Amino acid sequence: MKMELIQPFINAADAVLAQALQAPTTIGEVSMEEEAYRRKGIAAMVLVNGDIEGRVIFDLEPKAARVITSKLMGTNNPDSDEFVPEAICELANQVIGNAVTVLNDQGFNFKVHPPEVHTSPRGIGNSEDTEAVVMCFETNTGAVFMNIAMRYNRRRKNDGD
Amino acid sequence: MEQFTPLVRSKDQRPIRYLVVDDSIFARKNLAKMIESFGGQVAGEAGDGCTAIAEYTRTQPDIVLMDITMPQMEGIEAAERIVRQSPDARIVMVSSVGYQENIIAALQKGARHFVQKPVKPEVLYEVVKYVLGDSAAASAAQAAAGVTP
Repeated sequence: MKMELIQPFINAADAVLAQALQAPTTIGEVSMEEEAYRRKGIAAMVLVNGDIEGRVIFDLEPKAARVITSKLMGTNNPDSDEFVPEAICELANQVIGNAVTVLNDQGFNFKVHPPEVHTSPRGIGNSEDTEAVVMCFETNTGAVFMNIAMRYNRRRKNDGD
Repeated sequence: MEQFTPLVRSKDQRPIRYLVVDDSIFARKNLAKMIESFGGQVAGEAGDGCTAIAEYTRTQPDIVLMDITMPQMEGIEAAERIVRQSPDARIVMVSSVGYQENIIAALQKGARHFVQKPVKPEVLYEVVKYVLGDSAAASAAQAAAGVTP
């Protein structure tokens, strides 16, 4: 997977998380993963298709998920789980939406599907011709993982055939 | 959340009525909080484009905050249909997907403005004020009296 595909997601996650938490984040471990993805906490998945096809999983440690939810809601009740999955879906939606905006302005066209809560304890396999990049964002509330598995379906318009 | 000088309808000094359309309950709640901080009132909510059209007809809001990526019917199509039946409808698209083609498509279909998520309250406040134009006024009197809708 090329860096030109990954970088907009890193930038978007960094910006959206920093705004949500009102604190900077640091990028920790980055790894390639060929095995099926096993979620680590509260996870949301967004599918994209078009010139680029694949999926992004946004996965937060439970404590981080609760704190981020409460911060986003402007409450001081990080113990409530009620809106956590919804909040993580919305966070994923914002990260992927912002990244897709950058990629689209670079000439890639695709459709973003609404986020879905990823509840299965079992992993999500990658397709034969995609490998996933997993990166960890260290925040002041815990780790946030982003798993990106994408491939080019068509070259962008301005690259020609 | 920061409190803003309340925006009221110029004609009757009543709170601005909003229709909030987003498939995420969480996003709707968040927007509702911002609306409250603007001195506004949520007239209705919808989680998809079809419901948004029905809710617009039912509630006749002053302004619509409309997401784009939604199940069943997306926001741009819903905006187009609302504007077709109510040409004066004021619709602001609120979406994380903010690329040029999307924005242009939304504006061509009748949306008045676009705000990219994550939404900053101060940005949305200014956009709402701009889109409502003369129909809304910042009510210093209500702000001084601490009046909430």
